[in-house]
Amino acid sequence: MTAPVTWGLRPDLAVIAHRVTSGSRVLDIGCGHGDLMEVLETQKGCDARGIEIDPEQVEKCVARGLSVIQGDADRDLADYPDKAFDYTILSQTLQTAERPDRMLDELLRVGRQAFVSFPNFAHWRIRSALMFGGRMPVTRSMPISWYETKNIHNVTIGDFRELLAQKDVRVEDSWFFNKGREIGDPGANWRAEFAVFQISR
Amino acid sequence: MSTTTASTILRLDADLPLDSGQALSGVEIAYETYGVLAPDRSNAILICHALTGDQYVASDHPVTGKPGWWIRMVGPGKPIDTDRFHVICANVIGSCMGSTGPASLASDGKPHAMRFPVITIRDMVRGLVALLDVLGIERLHSVVGGSMGGMQALSLAANFPERAERVLVIASTARHSAQNIAFHEVGRQAIMADPNWQDGNYYGTGRSPDNGLSVARMAAHITYLSEEGLTEKFGRRLQDREAKSFGFDADFQVESYLRYQGSGFTQRFDANSYLYITRAMDYFDLAEEHGGRLADAFAGSTARFCLVSFDSDWLYPTAESRHIVHALNAAGAPVSFVELSAPHGHDSFLLDVPALDRVVDGFLTGVQP
Repeated sequence: MTAPVTWGLRPDLAVIAHRVTSGSRVLDIGCGHGDLMEVLETQKGCDARGIEIDPEQVEKCVARGLSVIQGDADRDLADYPDKAFDYTILSQTLQTAERPDRMLDELLRVGRQAFVSFPNFAHWRIRSALMFGGRMPVTRSMPISWYETKNIHNVTIGDFRELLAQKDVRVEDSWFFNKGREIGDPGANWRAEFAVFQISR
Repeated sequence: MSTTTASTILRLDADLPLDSGQALSGVEIAYETYGVLAPDRSNAILICHALTGDQYVASDHPVTGKPGWWIRMVGPGKPIDTDRFHVICANVIGSCMGSTGPASLASDGKPHAMRFPVITIRDMVRGLVALLDVLGIERLHSVVGGSMGGMQALSLAANFPERAERVLVIASTARHSAQNIAFHEVGRQAIMADPNWQDGNYYGTGRSPDNGLSVARMAAHITYLSEEGLTEKFGRRLQDREAKSFGFDADFQVESYLRYQGSGFTQRFDANSYLYITRAMDYFDLAEEHGGRLADAFAGSTARFCLVSFDSDWLYPTAESRHIVHALNAAGAPVSFVELSAPHGHDSFLLDVPALDRVVDGFLTGVQP
């Protein structure tokens, strides 16, 4: 089996880039400096738009010819009409949202489908750091100390699945990663550092 | 005030229709160009100037001798790179640096003065488009403007959507707010209250409303700065003295600075032009021109847009730019927006803000997907 093309993207973004249909309209929320958007536009002919809170990152996106609006996803998603996009993407940002549950509703209101990726707080390294060290974990997937992290709503794969069920959100597909490599579903809540969900209503 | 200019002056053959229903005949437009126009004419950038700006964007001002108003942005190797782009900057109609305005002579050989028709931002843009027609530039690589220049860029994008590929709007708005209009009215009243104004017929009398124009400039200048910038620059420091004079001389440095700004301005600007151009800005409401919905103004646009605001600008605050961004989003136009942090208030677009340089360069040279 040949390895899939990753276009130099982080593994969760590479999965998303592969799954997005060519030529679709995409909103990347918390798009950083636009790596995923650039791949979607150049490799898949998408109309990609971004929202990013950090002006320096927005600058970089503008310099790459990308359409990115500086703003706060917690507030600005409300300005977008229903189903304005084929896909909304929230990568590594859900845990920084003021209200992740409401963010999820907005993702599926503005987009027909959504991709959500997040670090899994139930990964065994994090569990053992808490259990044996009694300290908030600083790991490869969550490298920042508790007092300066932007993660205000740490979430596990188990929690996320439960939230989706409560909200009647359908899981179209899901992917789990450990050490940058995809792993299977069994035991993912223990074993995965990151998760990606493709969801719809 | 002087109307001497080294610029190229173009006389339009056809009358220029105006929003007021009137038309201007024999319109002249003074402009400067920089850089070489590509054989396929694909590299032209139109820069639109602000209220009291002019066509000398990157060359010395013939009256003041000072360098161009955006010399830090426009030139070889600069963010608007004249090694790569052909830059055009024209004096708007209504102004006083060579384009037809109230100080120009009417058909009876006397200055128009207050007989000059009231013009709008869209009228200015009609003049600019007429210039582009003569220059044979069908489609601009970009139209760029800050403040009133941004209004012109937006107006061009809305009214002549096929004429520009990219639209860059800095520290601007889609409509003048009540506060904006209020400040302009203070300036106009200062000019018209000056006995030397003489109902606008001061040309050739040896007396011009310099005091009124100077006060208008002082009031406006305050709106271009931020409180933080003013405090940092002047605080409550006294000017050339150890103690307060208990009189009405310019005791404070900030007073002295404003007086200097005001009097310098009368050397290079015509008071009636100030009346007409501020009026054009006050009338500006892009949504109103398009049935009340701003998104409809951009319905026919195929351009890419980029908007920039500054966090210390209280004249055209970030909310005004966001309002435009929402409309562009609703119209499905590709749009970028960034609020830059800068201490200089509205004037930041003219001053040293490296992040602005990077955004401008990036937007103009970024690959079109």
